Amino acid sequence: MTDVRHDLAPGDIPSEEMQAWASQALIYTLGLLVALILTATSFWVANTSLLWPSGVGLGLTVLAIAQMGIHLVFFLHITTGPDSTNNILALAFGLLIVFVVVTGTIWIVADLNDNMLMPSSDAMDMRMQR
Amino acid sequence: MNIALTVDSVQQEALPSTSEAGLAPKRIVVAYGFWIFLLSDIVMFAALFASYAVLVHATAGGPTGAQLFNQTTVAIETACLLVSSYTCGLMSLAVNSRNRLGTYLGALITFALGAAFLTLEIREFADMIAHGATPQRSAFLSAFFTLVGCHGLHVTLGLIWLVVMMVQVAVMGFVTSVQHRLLCFSLFWHALDIVWVGVFTVVYLMGVSP
Repeated sequence: MTDVRHDLAPGDIPSEEMQAWASQALIYTLGLLVALILTATSFWVANTSLLWPSGVGLGLTVLAIAQMGIHLVFFLHITTGPDSTNNILALAFGLLIVFVVVTGTIWIVADLNDNMLMPSSDAMDMRMQR
Repeated sequence: MNIALTVDSVQQEALPSTSEAGLAPKRIVVAYGFWIFLLSDIVMFAALFASYAVLVHATAGGPTGAQLFNQTTVAIETACLLVSSYTCGLMSLAVNSRNRLGTYLGALITFALGAAFLTLEIREFADMIAHGATPQRSAFLSAFFTLVGCHGLHVTLGLIWLVVMMVQVAVMGFVTSVQHRLLCFSLFWHALDIVWVGVFTVVYLMGVSP
């Protein structure tokens, strides 16, 4: 039973070909560089006046999700390979719960706020202060 | 890398599948269990993010995010945490090759950067509280201190864990259980960095942009 193929532990480097130290360090370095570029872009997007202001929030969200993906692949070594199935499935379930909690909360509370039928924005501020 | 994948899939057909093979090695079980814990931790952070997003405009006439946040501090904090995640990765490579000096060096740099992050965050909090922006001031500030403070608490626990792990490496050497714990620590530290990406985007960058 020594010649058995198991799933990878999360955080372990996938293939045998990658086991050389130099190439593993290269994976981390690549991840660091891409993450630094994405971070710098995020800070630029938040401060620039060149972009359409209404699109800034969406752009920041996309950049953040991209950076989280970079961290998962390059630092945590979560891949779509066949030996990472369990890790991916657990991650997918976690992301589903995160999605339901965040969008559900924002949606429901925004809806409740709309249904308060407060006449003016002053009154709206009053209500939020309570 | 594509060639390697092809070779892997050919080998896989000849070998029994994961479920036929029986129990997985302990390293995989431990890391997978810790992965599940991390995901539950991320679900908890999702709830805090959701409550922050709901309460962000409820400033009760008090200071808003745009008045309180200093982007330079946040940029330095982000860089500290990102590079410490990188050195933590290099440390886990040194652990895998049982390189004691490399492990200590990686742990030292990781600890120093983590401590720098924490110092900056505590100074930021102290500064805000000194200006009257306490958690009691408004719902926005309560949500802010809960979310960012919870992340800071995780970083603090991570730093304590790192010190404990270095003591264990010094006393016990690279025995199997210590290697499992170091794998879990690096997962924890990388996951904290992922949460911080959400924090600096949602709280700081979206908070200051018009």
